Formats: sequence, C-alpha cells, structure tokens
Amino acid sequence: MIDEELVQLLSPEGERVEHPEYQSTLSGDEIFGLYRDMAIIRRLCNESTSLQRQGQLALWAPIQGQEAAQIGAGRAMAPTDFSFPTYREHGIAWCRGIPPENMLRLFRAVSNGGWDPQKYRHSVPTIVLGNQALHAVGYAMGIQRDGAEEAAITFFGDGASSQGDTLEAFVWAASFNAPIVFFCQNNQWGISTPSSLQSKVPLYRRAEGFGFPGVRVDGNDVLAVYEVTKRALESARVGGGPTLIEAYTYRMGAHTTSDDPTRYRIDAEVEVWKHRDPVERVKALLAREYEIKSSAFDEVGAEADVMALKLREDVLAMSRPDPITMFDNAYATEHPLVEEGRREMIELGISAGSH
Amino acid sequence: MATTTMTMAKALNEGLRRALEKDKKVLLMGEDIGKLGGVFRITDGLQKDFGEDRVIDAPLAESAIVGTAVGLAIRGYRTVCEMQFDGFVYPAFDQIVSQVAKLRKRSDGAYTMGLVIRLPFQGGIGAIEHHSESPEAYFAQTGGLRVVSCSTPNDAYWMIQQAIEHDDPIIFCEPKSRYWEKGEVDLDQAPHGLFETVVRREGSDVTVIGYGSTLKTILRAADTAATEGVSIEVIDARSISPLDLDPMVRSVEKTGRFVTVHEAPHMASIGSEIVAELTQRCFYSLRAPGIRVSGYHVPYPPTRIEEDYRPTVDRVLDAVDRVMGFEN
Repeated sequence: MIDEELVQLLSPEGERVEHPEYQSTLSGDEIFGLYRDMAIIRRLCNESTSLQRQGQLALWAPIQGQEAAQIGAGRAMAPTDFSFPTYREHGIAWCRGIPPENMLRLFRAVSNGGWDPQKYRHSVPTIVLGNQALHAVGYAMGIQRDGAEEAAITFFGDGASSQGDTLEAFVWAASFNAPIVFFCQNNQWGISTPSSLQSKVPLYRRAEGFGFPGVRVDGNDVLAVYEVTKRALESARVGGGPTLIEAYTYRMGAHTTSDDPTRYRIDAEVEVWKHRDPVERVKALLAREYEIKSSAFDEVGAEADVMALKLREDVLAMSRPDPITMFDNAYATEHPLVEEGRREMIELGISAGSH
Repeated sequence: MATTTMTMAKALNEGLRRALEKDKKVLLMGEDIGKLGGVFRITDGLQKDFGEDRVIDAPLAESAIVGTAVGLAIRGYRTVCEMQFDGFVYPAFDQIVSQVAKLRKRSDGAYTMGLVIRLPFQGGIGAIEHHSESPEAYFAQTGGLRVVSCSTPNDAYWMIQQAIEHDDPIIFCEPKSRYWEKGEVDLDQAPHGLFETVVRREGSDVTVIGYGSTLKTILRAADTAATEGVSIEVIDARSISPLDLDPMVRSVEKTGRFVTVHEAPHMASIGSEIVAELTQRCFYSLRAPGIRVSGYHVPYPPTRIEEDYRPTVDRVLDAVDRVMGFEN
C-alpha cells in the first residue's frame, strides 16, 4: 500500500483488495481484455522508442508505467463521451479506436495532430500544459446546453496541475456543475520537476477547495482505475458535476526521448516502482484467479509483435508531406496571405501545387 | 431602406441580439455581461431576454472565457467572448494563440473555431492603466486568426453579425472611445463584406488610412486640410488582418502619397505593414514615402496626458504636410 487514501482493488502482487466503496465489476474475460490492451500499448510504446532511437521519429513520449491509468480510464469511457488529452495519452487513444500509426504522425513530424478528433471523440494532442482542461469544460458546458447524457474527460499530469488553465478549469467546472472528469496522472515527475514541488497537499485534495469530490486511485491498478473513472463519468452524465481523479502512478521511462532521467532521480526509486508494475499485477491475477495459461499471454505477446511490426512499416511509409499542405486548413475560408504563400511556393517550384 | 440613428454601443447590442435570435448556437460569455449588461452596457438586456445559459456571466478568468469557448466550438456552439478591456486580454493570449488559432490546422479541418473575441480597444476615455491599449498587432501576426475593427455604428451592427457567422476565429476590436457616438444604421442591408476596406471620403492629394478610433480623427483632419487646399482621401481599413490592400493601392496610385494612423506604437505594427505593402505595390506611383502616425514606444501613459500619445488631428496634419513636402 502506498497510503490509506488510495483506492486499490488489486495489490502489486495481484491479490484482490477489499474497498468499502468500490468493487470490481469486471468479468475474467473483461480483465483479460484490459491486460491485452496494456500489453499491446506497452509493446507499441517500446517500438516507438526504438523508432525514435533509429532516427525515424522526431520525438517520443513513452507511457511505460502508466498503462493501467490510461487503459482503465479509456475503457471506462462511453463511446459518446469526449476526451481531451495531452501528448502522452497513447493508451486513451488506443481505447478510442485510433489506429496506432495515427498516434505517431505527430512524432514523425508529418502532422500537428494525427486523427479526426470528431470521429473518435478524442481531441488532438495538446502540448501546452493545461490548455485542454478548459476545452473539456467548454465542451461539457455544450453537453449541458444540449441536454445530452454525456461527459467530457480531460487528461493532464502533476506538472500541469500547477497551470492556471487547469485551476481555472476547476473553478468553471464547479461553478457551472459541468459534466466533466479531471483525470490527473500523477506520475511523480514533470520532466525533472518532482510532484512535491507542484503541490504541498495530495493533488486529489485540491478538489475539495474547488467544491467537488477528489479521489486518489492506485494508477497502477487497472481494476481500480476503471471503477473509479466509470463512477465519476456516470455521475457527471446525470448532473453530478465534476470529479477530480488523481491516478497515483509512475513514469518508468524518460519524459520524452530527449530526456535523461538519470540526471535527476535515483535508481532506487525506479526499483520500488518496478514492483508495482501495472501489467504484471493483472497478469498475476489472471493466472491465479482465472487460471489463464502462459500460452494465452504468449498469444497476446505475438499479436503485439505483429502490430509493432505493422506500426514500424506504417511509420517508415510516412513520407515528407508536400510542403504546400501547410496551407491547408489554416483557415476555414480563403485568405489572401495563405493564397499568396501557396502561389509563391508553386512559382518557386517548391510544390506542384496539387492541393 | 430602414435606417435608424443609434450609438455604436447600441448598434453592437442590436447586432448581438439579432445574432442570438438567428442562431440558437450563438452564446455570449464574459465578465459582468448579464445583469449589469457589461461595463460598457454592450450586452444590456440580453441575458434577460435569452437566459443565463446563452448569455453567460463568467467567473473572472479570461483564459477560461476563451478556453471554454474553444470547447463549446468543438461542440458546435459559436461563442462571442467579451474581454472587458484590451489590457485584460493577455491572460487569454495563450489560449488565443496556442489553441484558437491553431486547432483547425491541428485537427486537419475537423474543428471549426467559430468564435469571436470582442475587444474594447484603444484609449481616449481617461481610464486608469490597462484600459486603453491597442494590442491588435499581436493577433494580426498570428496565422489562423483574423482581426477586424469597426469605426461606425452601422459597421458595428453588421460586422459583429458577420464575424459571428464566419467560420474562422475573429478578434473583434471595438474603439471604446466611440461607443457613445451616434450614427445611421441600416437595419436591412450590410454595407460591406467583413474583410473589405472602405473609402470613407474621396480625395486627390494624400491617402490617409486608419481604423477604429482614428477614423474620426482622420476625417476631422481632412476637413481642416480641405480649408487649406489639401484634398485627403480617407480610408477605413476595417479588416486589420488580413488587410484588404486593393482599395488602398487604387487610392495611392491616384494620390501618390499616404499616411497611416493608429494608436498602437509603429514598431512591427499594422501601419508598418501597410507602408511595406504599399511601397512594394505602388512604388512607381509614390511621390513620397509613407509615414506612420502612431502611439509612442512606451507603456500607455497616465491618461491625463493620453491625448499627447494618441494621434491627434494636428499630428495627422503634420504627417500630411510632410508627405506633401516631398514634392519633386
């Protein structure tokens, strides 16, 4: 146990934990599904790191260690909910059905987004910390005005919890009783900034001061994250207002492939968190309680390998865009300076101007 | 033609009312815009008639006003955000520049950022600091945004409606010192497109280009100059970004001389951009270099001395004299 306030349904060893308020509602098949999601996204994340190391991606933001937080939350969402992510929410994107190659378009630097956010009801990655929390609240205010039984959910980290936009979003969500879930993955580090520098109280307790409930959940426990998020979304959809969820987890890897965590954190800390691995604990549960054989886990591994290979092929096939595409969708309507730029590019022979 | 006389403030109010009536997805959001009707009363009575869900009194957080309007736009709403004063828009600058301007591009066109940010700008009302600024160039430089300014009640009435209907995000600059000045408003027909530059007064010797509050100053200068035998053609840019250059080019090809006038400092300003474009486009027609009349490169002064910062009739006439003096 990390602390008594933590909602945990599965111990690091994969043992069931009783909780007075939350019980797991998932069947063995469903839990295996969550395991599969986590194993695949971890494999794809590792492949992406390799691709960056091989010079095929400009950057990669690994999620290793945060798989349970993301898969638990992503699978708790209803298809009609709408999520507002940062650049690290690959697990959420996976749950929303976004093809993995689309997630890498940003990191291959061929796009500033990568997918149709309206189609998947998952917004484009937000890199400026905290901006998306306000978008989510605004979207939730739209849900209210439409009288729809839907919710918005926004993802951010302990680093973004210090941003004004995040805190303004708390105020607005509370004042308007907006149908929103604030999902904070406290992964302990904002690049080199420890979470202790972001907040002098546990982050989830901030919610109380804003006037809505806050819950700290073991972010490495996919069963607990799923139940806590599901309940918060259900409450939001029926007028219960916002909830802040602090998924207490750990960024096992670097902030991004440009980062070197050995400069600011000690190995012993990483070792402690290795024993809380989110994938291993659910695997232990499945093996013991549901007698899932190692061959079943191996099959998922093989499936993930095939997907990783396809991802690699897809990434390598992503070629440099025609420069003239930079003028597309800058504006909704014709703009003289955009036209001027487009014309110049064609006249200089930089592009044939097929767009 | 049904025309009626009203102040610019009332014209904006009526324009917003009409937009709210026409489209249920139009919302207004801002600080003190409900019961109070806004500090300038631009939204007077609108919350009473359209309800608190459509005319939204916002907590005091400008970034949130714009940031939530982005989320509402994603959901299909068209929010008109009121920034209470020019100097209070900067907390929202990040949302405007990082998100409002870029989300259409980032989403490959899936998002339409149909929102309007109303900005009472420029000085002249004897206010305290942060209530008299001209931040238009900050926004004009950002790809993805459009910036417009009205100078008459008729334009105010129509341009606000056109801005709301437009699918690009628009920074809508309102010259607050002109809010209480009356003019004819044609309730039936928009006089011009939203991004069209308009010749307000024909002339033959010097073209003087301005927008917002400076139009009135320029027109007065033109009256005075006429008594001295100098004919000024007065142009209201209206669209600050993009600039509608063709009417300016036609005018300068005729006059051969031009002056730009705005309250913002001239460093990297709209005036500088106009001078660059017209110099490039009208080089062989020019009989003098273009001159910029502007505020100074200092923080906006205490308003007891603001009239020595803002372009005055005298400073416009001085610039006109200087371009006339270039005769060769």
